[in-house]
Amino acid sequence: MSDWLERHVPKMVLAPSFVVVLIFVYGFIAWTAWVSLTRSRLLPRYEIEGFIQYDRLFAAPRWDTAMNNLFIFGTLFILISMALGLLIAILLDQKIRAEGALRTIYLYPMALSMIVTGTAWKWMLNPGLGLEAVVRGWGFEGFSFNWLVDPNMAIYTVIIAAVWQASGFVMALFLAGLRSVDQEIIKAAQVDGIPTARIYSAIILPSMAPIFLSAFIVLAHLAIKSFDLVIALTGGGPGYATDLPATYMYAMAFSRGDLGQAASSAMIMMMVVFAIVVPYLYSELRSKND
Amino acid sequence: MTIFKRTAASSALALLAAGAALAGPEAEVLHWWTSGGEAKSVAVLQEEFASKGGEWTDMPVAGGGGDAAMTALRARVLSGNAPTAVQLKGPAIQEWYQEGVLADISSVADAQGWAEVLPASIAGHMKCDDIWCAAPVNVHRVDWIWANAEILAANDIEMPTSWDEFNAAAEKLQAAGITPLAHGGQAWQDATVFETVVLGVGGPDFYQKALVDLDDEALTSDTMVAVFDQMRTLRGYVDDNFSGRDWNLATAMVMNGEAAFQIMGDWAKGEFLAAGKVPGEDFLCASTPGDGFLYNVDSFAMFDVDGDDKVAGQKLLAELIVGPSFQKVFNLNKGSIPARTDVALDDFDTCAHLSADDMTASSDGGSLLPSYAHGMALFGAQSGAITDVVTAHFNSDMSSEDAVQMLVNAVANSR
Repeated sequence: MSDWLERHVPKMVLAPSFVVVLIFVYGFIAWTAWVSLTRSRLLPRYEIEGFIQYDRLFAAPRWDTAMNNLFIFGTLFILISMALGLLIAILLDQKIRAEGALRTIYLYPMALSMIVTGTAWKWMLNPGLGLEAVVRGWGFEGFSFNWLVDPNMAIYTVIIAAVWQASGFVMALFLAGLRSVDQEIIKAAQVDGIPTARIYSAIILPSMAPIFLSAFIVLAHLAIKSFDLVIALTGGGPGYATDLPATYMYAMAFSRGDLGQAASSAMIMMMVVFAIVVPYLYSELRSKND
Repeated sequence: MTIFKRTAASSALALLAAGAALAGPEAEVLHWWTSGGEAKSVAVLQEEFASKGGEWTDMPVAGGGGDAAMTALRARVLSGNAPTAVQLKGPAIQEWYQEGVLADISSVADAQGWAEVLPASIAGHMKCDDIWCAAPVNVHRVDWIWANAEILAANDIEMPTSWDEFNAAAEKLQAAGITPLAHGGQAWQDATVFETVVLGVGGPDFYQKALVDLDDEALTSDTMVAVFDQMRTLRGYVDDNFSGRDWNLATAMVMNGEAAFQIMGDWAKGEFLAAGKVPGEDFLCASTPGDGFLYNVDSFAMFDVDGDDKVAGQKLLAELIVGPSFQKVFNLNKGSIPARTDVALDDFDTCAHLSADDMTASSDGGSLLPSYAHGMALFGAQSGAITDVVTAHFNSDMSSEDAVQMLVNAVANSR
């Protein structure tokens, strides 16, 4: 009896959550895939019509803008957050005074929701209220920083706010990684008279490869699902210059009553996520099996 | 137990007893009128409904210009439990009718003679095939231009009657260092300006063909190029900081003398009045240059409900909504004008009088047209596609020819 229990209790405990995940994650992914093949408008319809919604999606200039923005935003956001996070982590790692306080300060933005970040930066970047107005008020009349209202530059303001939000978190990840490197090796290297910069580049950073990967995965999914930041900061504007796939999907599903179109854009977003996550999972699982 | 509590309890008991004896009319009403003036306007309806013995269940869903409410509605309909009446308008009514969930209120409409008191094109929106399925509460005029009276007087400018006049006035103001046009750079506001320009530059027939029938010939015409040219000109009259600004902040700019004009529907009047400004003295109102009248009609669509008490509630609601007393009180609160043409307008302001006179004239002349920017002319996907092009053009240096090409593609892609 106890044998039987030992074997089956974990299964019984896990079964409900397994069923829930099966229905509410994979079931609804399947449902969305189905809807994306129909002519659904206001309410879902279930007659399959083929790939018309995908044709419409790829013909829409707004979707092009959204994907381009995702590419620009994703690349720069991940690169800058990682570089900045690493730099701060290395500087904090130099056994300085008040490290705890500084660490908290850097990590603090992560405690705010993206909506708050977006709203605060909206005011700071607004040419009539924020930075530009302040600097002009100091007497530099020619100063101009109007990225927020410039359709070509607005996406970069989203990057600024997102980097501000996330780089502290990346710093915390890297700092933990730096601390976990074997101190003996570092001391041995120092005894050999190797310069600190070279210790970092040749010994510490290579041994932190898994941390880089984790940071990348976290930042990549933050980038792909980011929605609230854009809504709060620019509302997708000027025009639709800062649209991202997530805001596009929201507009189609909830403002325009175009469910089929929203479903097809959601499927494409999911494929982008898979393109990033599957290689990661693959590498993780393979290394376990070896 | 305090006296208050006791009275409350006993009256609740009395209500329960009454409810058991004869089930009164019941209505559950889904709407998104949750801001100050709007909530007050709904309360008027609620009181009238209660005074006729009805039991009102309020279902306000705030936010997003109705997006959240529509999501709630979708969930309710899909679960087979639709509200009695829902704030819906324009082609969305027909879209829901095609889903087969709307009720027939023709008995009320025929008894009250809606067909005689409503302008024909507005009545058309309230009919699904040949039956009545919705009740209109108001008419907002969209093609308004508001102006700061003091600025116009100081610069010796009259309210413009053509776009050329407007451009001339704007040049003059710009030379004097005043922002000519207060505008909020949100897509729907760009679309609002766009449709008034289409109406003004192309005329009512062109508007009908381009933005209601989506006729390819009209969309690709030289007139449409001219429309986008005028949009580009207007872009030059807007201050640099317009992006993402809310419409009421733009109205405040006109109010405070930071800008001369604003093109916005008559809900802007509510802002002026709330700030204690007087039409004709502090601010001026006129229709935007050109003929015609673009309307945005709020209405309640009636959904299929089970149970005599709910059906009775639905009929009572429909009767009250189109009834003259509600139409008057509600629209005085909301700043719009009554949908029925036989309501006395003595208590309304001069802008409302102008609006009502123009509505009657346009209805007779066939130029009473649905606003595309406010969801009266097209299905959501189609109007959204046009708005995308309009806002992309307005917020970039795209040429008018490119914009026209993009417009045609977008419209074809949205079908």
